[in-house]
Amino acid sequence: MARTAWIEMLFPPLVALLVALVAGDLLILAYGQNPAAVWHLLVDGTWGNFYGIGQVLYKATTLCFTGLSVAIALRAGLFNVGAEGQLAAGGFGAGLAGLLLPATMPWFFAFMLMFLAAALCGSAVAAVPGVLKARFGAHEVIATIMMNFMVLALLNYLVAAHLHTPETLHTQSIASGLVPRLSVLLPVFHGSAANWLIVLAILAALLVGVVLFASRFGFELRAVGLQVGAAENAGISVGSTWIRAMLLAGALAGLGGLNFVLGYKGFYEDGFAGGAGFLGIAVALVGRNHPLGVVISALCFATLSQGGLAIHALVPKQMVEVLQALVILAVAMAVPEVRTRLARSVRGKP
Amino acid sequence: MTTLAIQMTGIDKRFAAVQANRGASLEVAKGEIHALMGENGAGKSTLVKILAGLQPPDAGQFFVDGREVTGWTTPQALTAGVAMVHQHFMLVPTLTVAENVVLGREPTHGLRLDRQAAVQAVRDLCQSSGLQVDPNRLVADLSVGEAQRVEILKVLYRGAQVLLLDEPTAVLSPPEVAELWGVLRRLQQGGATIVLISHKLDEVMAISQRVTVMRQGQTVQVLDTAQTTAAELARAMVGRDVDLDVQRPENQAGKPLLRVTQLQVQGSRGQPALLGLDLTIHAGEILGIAGVEGNGQSELLDALAGLRPYQGSIKLADQELATLSLSQRTQAGLAHVPEDRHQRALILDYSVADNLILGKLAEFSRRGVLDQRAIAAHAAELIAEYDIRPTDPQVPVRGLSGGNQQKVVLARELSRSFKVLLAAQPTRGVDVGAIEFIHARLRQARAQGKGVLLVSSELREILTLSDRIAVLYRGRIVAMLPRAQASESVLGAYMTGAAQAVTHG
Ligand SMILES: Nc1ncnc2c1ncn2[C@@H]1O[C@H](COP(=O)(O)OP(=O)(O)OP(=O)(O)O)[C@@H](O)[C@H]1O
Ligand SMILES: [Mg+2]
Repeated sequence: MARTAWIEMLFPPLVALLVALVAGDLLILAYGQNPAAVWHLLVDGTWGNFYGIGQVLYKATTLCFTGLSVAIALRAGLFNVGAEGQLAAGGFGAGLAGLLLPATMPWFFAFMLMFLAAALCGSAVAAVPGVLKARFGAHEVIATIMMNFMVLALLNYLVAAHLHTPETLHTQSIASGLVPRLSVLLPVFHGSAANWLIVLAILAALLVGVVLFASRFGFELRAVGLQVGAAENAGISVGSTWIRAMLLAGALAGLGGLNFVLGYKGFYEDGFAGGAGFLGIAVALVGRNHPLGVVISALCFATLSQGGLAIHALVPKQMVEVLQALVILAVAMAVPEVRTRLARSVRGKP
Repeated sequence: MTTLAIQMTGIDKRFAAVQANRGASLEVAKGEIHALMGENGAGKSTLVKILAGLQPPDAGQFFVDGREVTGWTTPQALTAGVAMVHQHFMLVPTLTVAENVVLGREPTHGLRLDRQAAVQAVRDLCQSSGLQVDPNRLVADLSVGEAQRVEILKVLYRGAQVLLLDEPTAVLSPPEVAELWGVLRRLQQGGATIVLISHKLDEVMAISQRVTVMRQGQTVQVLDTAQTTAAELARAMVGRDVDLDVQRPENQAGKPLLRVTQLQVQGSRGQPALLGLDLTIHAGEILGIAGVEGNGQSELLDALAGLRPYQGSIKLADQELATLSLSQRTQAGLAHVPEDRHQRALILDYSVADNLILGKLAEFSRRGVLDQRAIAAHAAELIAEYDIRPTDPQVPVRGLSGGNQQKVVLARELSRSFKVLLAAQPTRGVDVGAIEFIHARLRQARAQGKGVLLVSSELREILTLSDRIAVLYRGRIVAMLPRAQASESVLGAYMTGAAQAVTHG
């Protein structure tokens, strides 16, 4: 059994890689460039120097949080399309808390308070679809999408109308509790945004792994995701499991906001999420909803997105976005559940 | 019996660690009804699925009418005239019977479905096969037995000459079984060949001409039904004598454990399903519920288990259940073997070990963390006790044979500390050896002063186990009989509404 499980686990990412390579080659050829030269540039601009590595790690940190958020919700059978709004809310919560805290507050307390603010704001946004689903059976995809619109618009209004520093769309800088960059200890990373929150991302992945596979709550959560009827019959409260899963998913996505606010800029800026929440869906799918898979796939997507900047000289950086879309489609096809469903519909059986 | 309709030789099939078929063979004469028997996990379903092209074998050959079939896919098997009648019905509920039957091979009128031709084709098929279904009804409104008829019509419509049926009677009530036999005999007269998997000895004795017995993936014996007996078949399967008609010791029913008064429940389509039902289960008693499926059994079980709202009162040891959650009911002493194994009882992608602790998580976790060692020990113990195969506790339940899946559910529920057990079709799909064991377990529970509510479509099972028997007819208990006054014919009369309501004892 173990062997087939591993193959199932590794199959989607491998397909993703292959599709990315082949489709990438074709796209590059279509632009009249030499694929080898472009790939070389992409690798050079990401894993080829410490600045590139640092940028990849920075982007992977946010993606890891949003990927974990989507993954844990999917394990409970919920499709969390709302990580984008939860991420933005988390960043805003941290930024706002940072503004309110006295500048003299010791680093540790300031950080912990902003940490809690980010998690709580993310949870609050995710709680709404969770409760709607548990209480009224409202479909979580629609509810999370609506929450995205509402939250992003509300935050935009708050910052633009009340909280911005003049001439900008960001808040004032936070005085205490900021997270140092990696370059403070490791000067080779100089200039890159990579910061110590990457450690928090890895800890979060470990924690999600423990919760999912070693805890009673994780057992119940996966049971609900796999077979609602049987879980209910076993005395598991389906509604409360859904709500708790969404709270956890929201907290994870919300914590992703710290990476920009505390690790990079030191303030909240409107629109900082920039699609990292949506990309979390792809990260979770490629990572097969497994925490380890999510970490690896977050690194891959971060590499692609950083690589897009590096190859700009030869081909438009939008090529990378096309590539990402293709990868997501390929992975969706390679995921076993999707495959069997497709095969069935081809054979004409419901 | 000169030409062989089916000849399979040297079939091997392996699933990861399990060798499901090892050099299995099957020979079926043209126009014969051939039964395939064997213990749970012997490889019967696997062999038949290979024959229908649903799974490719690792090695082996198969011939239909003397011609070799290669390719091993469903279309190839179908071209050769071999088709499987599906057990987990694969019908589209929102389409009519006729539409379902022709689906995939529709008669067309230009680009549109020629509905009249479809209806006519189904009428003709019903006429020639003796199957009775209204072609214009929606599949969603059909009973299980009728849905099965539609599945049979479907394969007939595709021109199948060899029909494969995997435990077709497991979900049928006795009258439906009788009807199925009529249909199969008629098809046989029309020249069809039928392969039938069943665990029920009397059925096999009644309908088949020959029997192939499998054990551990191999074909061990082929018998002429006329030359054998049910006891000999049982011995061929499990390798020892099996006695299913054990004498029941007289019981002294104790105090009432579960009291149901004026229970009213609605069915899934909002229709009244139970119309004010009273019953009491005493300590040390097995109460059997007889009745044709669809007369309120499912609703009764659902209401007791907490899966459906009700009016009236259900008291377990003087505690009203209405406001209790499912887990509180379990704590109050209710155990439940649900009717629908796949939707309600098992998480197919969880391992055997994990399925065995469903509903017992509090026992197997400390401060919210699962105690893996205790879970493994618990699994090892139950796997040995209930003879669940394969014995690896980490295999997903999805990979278990039907009978072994059922054993997992029973092992979990019977190993709880319960006061009252709700047992719906407890031996559905399990082999004779396991039936004997499960019956012994139910009697043991009774001897320990527990109460058992037994719902079964097998009258034989109800008669051998129950102390009292209630007959459910159209949402009411029309008879409550002590075992001594019940027999198949008496129960049958009440079940069909032929006899009037009476209550003894
Ligand atoms: N898809 C599968 N994946 C893994 N193992 C399987 C699969 N299908 C069958 N097996 C294994 O193959 C063996 C034979 O299974 P099969 O379903 O053919 O048994 P069976 O004779 O039909 O039993 P039953 O009477 O319980 O239905 C079993 O041990 C089962 O665990
Ligand atoms: Mg089987």
